[in-house]
Amino acid sequence: MTDQQQLDLRKDEVEAGTTTGLASPSVDVTSARQNSLWSDAWGSLKRNPLFWLGSLLFVFFALMAVVPQLFARGVDPRACDLAFAKDTPSSGHWFGYDPQGCDYLSNVVYGARSSLIIGIFAVVVILVLGVLVGAIAGFYGGVVDGVLSRLADIFYALPLILGALVLLRVGPSTDIPILNTRGPGAVALALALFGWMTAMRLVRSQVIAVKSSDYVAAARAMGASNRRILLRHILPNAVAPVLVYTTITIGVLIAAEATLTYLGVGLQRPAISWGLQIEAGQDSIRSAPHLVLFPSIILTLTVMAFVMLGDALRDALDPRQRA
Amino acid sequence: MSEPSTGATAASAEPAASAGSTASQAAAGGASTRGALGETLLEVKGLKKHFPLTRGVVLKRTVGHVRAVDGVDLTLRRGETVGLVGESGCGKSTVSKLLVALEKPTDGSIVYKGRDVTKLSKRGLKGYRREVQIIFQDPYASLNPRMTVGDIVAEGWSVHADIAPRKGRLQRTQELLERVGLNPDYVNRYPHQFSGGQRQRIGIARALALQPEIIVCDEPVSALDVSVQAQVVNLLEDLQDDFGLSYLFIAHDLSVVRHISDRVAVMYLGSVVETGTDAEVYGAPSHPYTQALLSSVPLHEPKLRGQRDRILLSGDVPSPANPPSGCRFRTRCWKAQDICAEEPPALVDRGQGHPAACHFAEARPAVVEGR
Amino acid sequence: MTGTTTVPVGPSGGRARTGELLLEVDDLHVEFRTRSGVVNAVNGVSYTLAERQTLAILGESGSGKSVSAQAIMGILDSPPAVITGGGIRFQGEDLLTMAEEDQRKVRGPGISMIFQDALSSLNPVYSVGYQIGEMFRAHRGTSKKDAKQKAVELMDRVRIPAAAQRVNDYPHQFSGGMRQRVMIAMAIALDPRILIADEPTTALDVTVQAQVMDLLKELQQDTGMGLILITHDLGVVNEVADDVAVMYAGKIVERGTVDDVFTDAAHPYTEGLMASIPQIEAKGGRLRPIVGQPPNLAAIPSGCPFHPRCARRRLGAEAAPGRECATDVPPLRLVAPGREAACHYSEEVLGV
Repeated sequence: MTDQQQLDLRKDEVEAGTTTGLASPSVDVTSARQNSLWSDAWGSLKRNPLFWLGSLLFVFFALMAVVPQLFARGVDPRACDLAFAKDTPSSGHWFGYDPQGCDYLSNVVYGARSSLIIGIFAVVVILVLGVLVGAIAGFYGGVVDGVLSRLADIFYALPLILGALVLLRVGPSTDIPILNTRGPGAVALALALFGWMTAMRLVRSQVIAVKSSDYVAAARAMGASNRRILLRHILPNAVAPVLVYTTITIGVLIAAEATLTYLGVGLQRPAISWGLQIEAGQDSIRSAPHLVLFPSIILTLTVMAFVMLGDALRDALDPRQRA
Repeated sequence: MSEPSTGATAASAEPAASAGSTASQAAAGGASTRGALGETLLEVKGLKKHFPLTRGVVLKRTVGHVRAVDGVDLTLRRGETVGLVGESGCGKSTVSKLLVALEKPTDGSIVYKGRDVTKLSKRGLKGYRREVQIIFQDPYASLNPRMTVGDIVAEGWSVHADIAPRKGRLQRTQELLERVGLNPDYVNRYPHQFSGGQRQRIGIARALALQPEIIVCDEPVSALDVSVQAQVVNLLEDLQDDFGLSYLFIAHDLSVVRHISDRVAVMYLGSVVETGTDAEVYGAPSHPYTQALLSSVPLHEPKLRGQRDRILLSGDVPSPANPPSGCRFRTRCWKAQDICAEEPPALVDRGQGHPAACHFAEARPAVVEGR
Repeated sequence: MTGTTTVPVGPSGGRARTGELLLEVDDLHVEFRTRSGVVNAVNGVSYTLAERQTLAILGESGSGKSVSAQAIMGILDSPPAVITGGGIRFQGEDLLTMAEEDQRKVRGPGISMIFQDALSSLNPVYSVGYQIGEMFRAHRGTSKKDAKQKAVELMDRVRIPAAAQRVNDYPHQFSGGMRQRVMIAMAIALDPRILIADEPTTALDVTVQAQVMDLLKELQQDTGMGLILITHDLGVVNEVADDVAVMYAGKIVERGTVDDVFTDAAHPYTEGLMASIPQIEAKGGRLRPIVGQPPNLAAIPSGCPFHPRCARRRLGAEAAPGRECATDVPPLRLVAPGREAACHYSEEVLGV
């Protein structure tokens, strides 16, 4: 059976409508709960174990970013004593010590803050840029779409890591605000600049699909302005895929930041970052593997949290799954 | 009057409703009393819409045109229903879009209350849109799934702020919902919680909210179940009587069009081939295409089987990008002669009492009269 | 030069001479187990089909007509569909008790189905000749060349003009009516004993519809196959079918010959359907619809499933004992010679 037949079957036989209880008022005509498509999606999310797992991890790491003192057991990451340099984990110090003799657990914990800030900030920029450019390109079409899509193509041709790398390396010597610092803002912006295109494409294709639907035509026939049509009709129905994408992208960009930092162009010491920790520990991987191991594990788990959330969100928002 | 909202058994509800309303009396009295001829509201002359066919990616060249609508004349008077029939590809949907200004015509004029719509300013166009509304075919696609039913119906009032003051909007929405036969308590529900027929009613309520003069109905019942179609058709008729609406009723179901229309126009490949009152067009079709069309409609009463000669047309509908010269129907017509290829027949009365665009128009009853 | 033919549509002259029994559907039950509950799509449906017989299954959305046909074809999506009871006997053998592979072997060449939308039923990336030929290549091991030859023959048989040239064309290059013919060609390729047509003409224009139905009838005369026509269009049923089974809420509510049932219905639903359709021959007064909405199969009303919409229902005190429309389920019973109906008060419906 084709997908269309399956949909038709569902529409006809399963979703055949509401009961015929009009003759007997005690039987409700429409389904008992008032629910929008978002609340349907929420119901679907609640049932998905991936969602709970991902949420748990996310909350865990978010807390770690907000109140790192709790997780670091009150230890100051900068209270270092060279005497303990590279010591392996012990009962008092679960993650051991780093090459400077600082408590590793608290360092890894404090690393969550910068990673999450950069990841989320970059994704917010991607979302705003993507929605703006994608909506304009998709809605107006023609030359505007042509120009914007070609612009996106140009950016696509530049690889994410390489492009960000060059930008961050060159940035400090220019006058461009934010980029000429070496802080998390620069890293986030650099990542966003090379990552907005997919979001734009997702929004654009959804906008084009929704633009031709009957309810948009009805709004237009009513005399609604373009602004109203875009904001009220098109965007709410076009953002679902890009939300899924951006959720997963948070994880991807956190990993990308670690990579850039590891390569030396991201955050610089004395900032605390997993990338820096991995970089510092790579030479001692045989003698003190815990130096690379712990930040890597935490990094992986953080990325996984967002990937799981994104997956669960996609399943919940998928119109096919919606019976 | 709107059957489904009553809880009474159908048997007792029907005659009571019929007796109580003048609308039904008029309907029972026959077509001539309904839709009393009034002033001409809408006059369409020589309407054309050609879609360009382009080739090339960067620099697009126009290599031809799809002549979706190629010279259509229509008039619509106050209170009447004009039915527009034709098969797929004849251009009737495009006509509906042109009339509500969702597309711009390539040529021709649409004169509404004396003013040419194609030449209106933005403001004038907004005023026009208020008075001419549209109902769509697909009840599952014509409502924004993320808006509540109340918001959908009331949206017109946000666009045209002068019709309903903000305070009374909720109440007016509920009144409208009730008028179309839906429970007004469901104002906050979402479209997917309703059935197809109910969604179509919501679409009708939305069109009514702006208190239009004309409603263009683009296949409003084609996607509904048979038993529900009659409900919606009755509703449309009732609303017409109550509010003095005029309808342009576009459909491919010939029986429904006959029932609801006062006058009918038959379209083929972008132009009107025959027009007249429903009795004229259905009772004495003069254009060969109309005759073939009517003869193909299957009858659903066993005793009527065998009382019709079916005309089987050969060939396929020609491409609207490359229509035949002269009369477009000549490639499938059994009466075609040389003149048909040279001279396009004008839509005029050739002695049958109503206009037909055929050089050899000849009235020929296709269906059995009466029941 | 005329290019058109005038075909007098004669009465079907009583029942066609039918032959041996081909198909027996016996008390079929199909459920859909969805997240939001169980949907009872088919609730005890039985019908038979003989050679040369055209059986129409008439119903609207929520009637279960398509699901029962898909159960016969074995194309139900399980999960969520589950066949919870009954038997489907094709030429004596119960398909539901056989192993999957055996089912496929029996069904393949024996039962065919055509669907409503030919565009989505045909694979857009293969030529029509290839797709038709595939029937032969897959089931009979014919060579590519021979299969193509047979495809051309079939296309001729279903009256696709210039078949030899068009055999290499793709589905999108055909019009709707032609695509439907291609599907019919694929369906009859292996000389099936039964052809199931699921809303074959709903997506077609009325002139094309007439041609396609004529073609189906003609093929049936030639091959003697049984035809199950699933539709909601009463006109098509009247002109093409011999017998009709009217379905509502997953059950058959009336059965008989088309002549009998359409002239004088024995079930209020059929009666309501006939009355709600506008006439093309004359302009009647106000239409008389059936009140209410099609049933929700996840919450089928108690007693007679049609009772909330029925103009003739008897509730409470008015009802005869054991025949209360809201609580007692009416069985499908013989109400007149050769006619069955599932209504407590069929005699009244008939008599009126």
